[in-house]
Amino acid sequence: MKKKNLIITCIFFIFFFITMFLSLDKNKIYSTRDYVGQQLADVDLEYFNKNSIFNTKKISNYNFTLINFWASWCGPCRKEHKNLMALSENKNLKIIGINFRDKQNNAKEFLKEMGNPFFILTKDTDGKKSVNFGVYGIPETILVNQDLQILKKYIGPLSLKDVREINKIVKK
Amino acid sequence: MLSNLGIIFSSVAFFVSLALIYLSLAELKISNNIISQKIYKISLVQLIFSILSFFVLLLGYIFSDFSMINVFENSHTTKPLFYKISGTWGNHEGSLLLWINILVLFSFLFLFLNKNKNRNFKIYTLIFQNLLITGFLIFLLTNSNPFSPIFPVPNEGMGLNPILQDPALAIHPPLLYVGFVGSSIYFSAALAALVSKVEAKSLATSIKPWVSISWFFQTTGILVGSIWAYYELGWGGYWFWDPVENSSLMPWLLMTALLHSVLVLERKIGLYSWVIVLSILTFTMSVVGTFLVRSGILNSVHTFANDPSRGLFILIFLILMVFSSIFIFFKYAPIEKKNYALFSKEFFILINNWFMVFFLAVVLIGTLYPIFLDTLIGQKISVGPPYYNFILAPFLIPLLFLMTSGPRHSWISSEIKKIFNIILVLSLSLFLIVFFLIKESSLIINLILLFSIYLIVQTFFDFYENFKNKSINLSRIVSHFGFGLLIFFISINHIFSIENNFNAKLGDNKKIEDYNIKFKNLEVLQKKNYKSVIGHFEIINNEKLIKENLKPEIRVYNQPETITYEASIKSGLLSDTYLTMSNISDTDIFNIKFQKKPFMNFIWLSVLLISIGGILNFLKKRIT
Amino acid sequence: MKKIFLLAIFSFTISNLFANEIIKNEVLKNLRCLVCQGQTISDSNSEFAQIIKSVVDDKIKEGMTKKEIYKFLSEKYGDWILFNPPIKKNSYILWFLPYLLFILGGIFLYFMIKKRLMGK
Repeated sequence: MKKKNLIITCIFFIFFFITMFLSLDKNKIYSTRDYVGQQLADVDLEYFNKNSIFNTKKISNYNFTLINFWASWCGPCRKEHKNLMALSENKNLKIIGINFRDKQNNAKEFLKEMGNPFFILTKDTDGKKSVNFGVYGIPETILVNQDLQILKKYIGPLSLKDVREINKIVKK
Repeated sequence: MLSNLGIIFSSVAFFVSLALIYLSLAELKISNNIISQKIYKISLVQLIFSILSFFVLLLGYIFSDFSMINVFENSHTTKPLFYKISGTWGNHEGSLLLWINILVLFSFLFLFLNKNKNRNFKIYTLIFQNLLITGFLIFLLTNSNPFSPIFPVPNEGMGLNPILQDPALAIHPPLLYVGFVGSSIYFSAALAALVSKVEAKSLATSIKPWVSISWFFQTTGILVGSIWAYYELGWGGYWFWDPVENSSLMPWLLMTALLHSVLVLERKIGLYSWVIVLSILTFTMSVVGTFLVRSGILNSVHTFANDPSRGLFILIFLILMVFSSIFIFFKYAPIEKKNYALFSKEFFILINNWFMVFFLAVVLIGTLYPIFLDTLIGQKISVGPPYYNFILAPFLIPLLFLMTSGPRHSWISSEIKKIFNIILVLSLSLFLIVFFLIKESSLIINLILLFSIYLIVQTFFDFYENFKNKSINLSRIVSHFGFGLLIFFISINHIFSIENNFNAKLGDNKKIEDYNIKFKNLEVLQKKNYKSVIGHFEIINNEKLIKENLKPEIRVYNQPETITYEASIKSGLLSDTYLTMSNISDTDIFNIKFQKKPFMNFIWLSVLLISIGGILNFLKKRIT
Repeated sequence: MKKIFLLAIFSFTISNLFANEIIKNEVLKNLRCLVCQGQTISDSNSEFAQIIKSVVDDKIKEGMTKKEIYKFLSEKYGDWILFNPPIKKNSYILWFLPYLLFILGGIFLYFMIKKRLMGK
């Protein structure tokens, strides 16, 4: 009886300590990066330049689409912009920009200065539309396929590694 | 210079601790009935050097000696003196030094003050306690040294975080440390009791004052932490089931169970194994809590800066502590042959232990589950107040009933006391009055109200009885009375709290229930190290025609760049008015949060009463 | 007659607004601010929290129930955003283990007391 209790106690603590040890390594900052595979939401977005609506369902017209959330006031967006410009060269990929909580003029200036990689440009002035995409900060980029399935999420500025990965995926 | 001095003093303390262990082991070989003077003297030397090293760090902060990295990172020449001093323990390394000092102090005091006739018991306690001290000193000297030098010596420090400059936050850590670090002494005593086969009742007598003291400080420390959260964090809450808060609650639950179990043991009626196990678990849980808070595995508002190497150290220490304790416990397993009388006081205390351990399990599971899930399966979920409230609230009902009914029963006898008496009738009547005034629909909340009233009325009568008989057995009555009040007022507060979030511009008027809130004025000031934006609000209670002026503030600091939101709180007897505001960027619109929180002062007073009961328990021993 | 009708509509709207406010407060308290260190959306003044507050406000006005709002947000952001962990396969242990332990503790105590009952 005593021996049994001893073994049970030891096993419990061994399990506990191993888990605690393994958890020391883990990154505690939450990211939705791995939250992929689901369908893109059905959202109406205001075009940046005109008064009409772009609905996300139209994305099924394209092979692969990259949805990029950005703003002129966002430093990391500035950093990743050249990577977006590079990606805009890819024939298999269409880039949709969603200008997030920004002023029209500032956004225009930004694109004039850094170039416009966006096939379609929309805006989300109060930021509420971004919630439908599960976005919680910018820059954030979502890769979607023809079936409106979310393939990849990139939290933070796109790196060269991300660009290579995207190019590889859209080749198929 | 201070840096070297500090390292020298703490190193000496380390070697003296080793010497103390060695001498104590040697002492054990001599069969004697007294402890030689050598041990006492060395223990005093240990205390002196330990205090000296803390003093060195303290001086470093007071005189802004930035030659020590720790002072550089956590202090600043312009900090007010009070906060320079409290900054000493407001960081990981400094607080670790405080830990060690408390371990050493309790070791010293136990050696000099404890009157247990079993001298081996005292020596073994000293040995185990000093093993803990040595372990922590190794940690300090090798990984978390507050005296680490930095060269060239910087002119100015980095530590000017405004949130940490607060009186409650200054005393909250030391209070808690005397609490759960103080539990180390009965951890050591429990292991010593097993090895030295000390007589059960004398163990109870030996550790009771330590349990009372640590429990008092732990309760008070938690109270001060909640008060700080309420007044400073700006959300109007006082308990969030945050992992760091839970880390202070879990040892408290164990201490409470232990305190009750010691009562049984000192009357020779049983629960020896419980006392041993609970004593070991309390300090273990304290170290687990420290591990959770300092290792970086938790996501919380309160955590210290992350450093996995600290986590590893504490984890290894914890593993050594736990497996040594398991080994000693099972090898020297206490033999207990006491029988229980059904429905006796000791029976009820046993039931209480069941509940306390259950509450501990709930809080532990809630706190650790996300970590386990994330580590083992990679899925992230959050566990917050809804979980704890849902699971714990219903169990308060039987707990309150047991707290009321249990103490009425006698030791050893099996006689069930009649429940149907005037107190029950009075409580039911009071509850019905309350019920018709409040008209709360939730069954659970009503039952909680009913049984907390029952506890309040019963303890009130107990107090009267005690007063009549001129006996001074007040500690239980005061603490239980406080607990009944606490649950009662928390429930009322929960039912009647009003919260309203709205946007307003200067000059706007907003009507919320019986209140009229007018945004009268906006004041912008430039203070020494921050820009202050103060909103002047006039709040009129239309029913009672009471007018209150509140001034919530937004502070924009530039070093470091932070924005803090200072709540404006008018604490009244019956309720607090609580107002916070924030600015919606790039607009002249402010988001205002208006809250009415009933009976906050009564909630604080209730906890104070609970802790006073603990001190009365400690003092009672002195008197009798 | 018209006055009474208007008054009825007015008080209905007010009580509805009041009820909505209570629901909103409860929901915001149960959501985690993803960019903060453990704060709720209700307590946070971050940009993300402001946006979520606004979205929740809209959803309540549209008539969504609390459950639907939680489902909507957890579908977008994962269960991490909810402070009340939904009862799923990955949380059965979380929700049921405490009760199991309580019962086991009770059983253990029962046998222990029975074995060592005075007067046997």
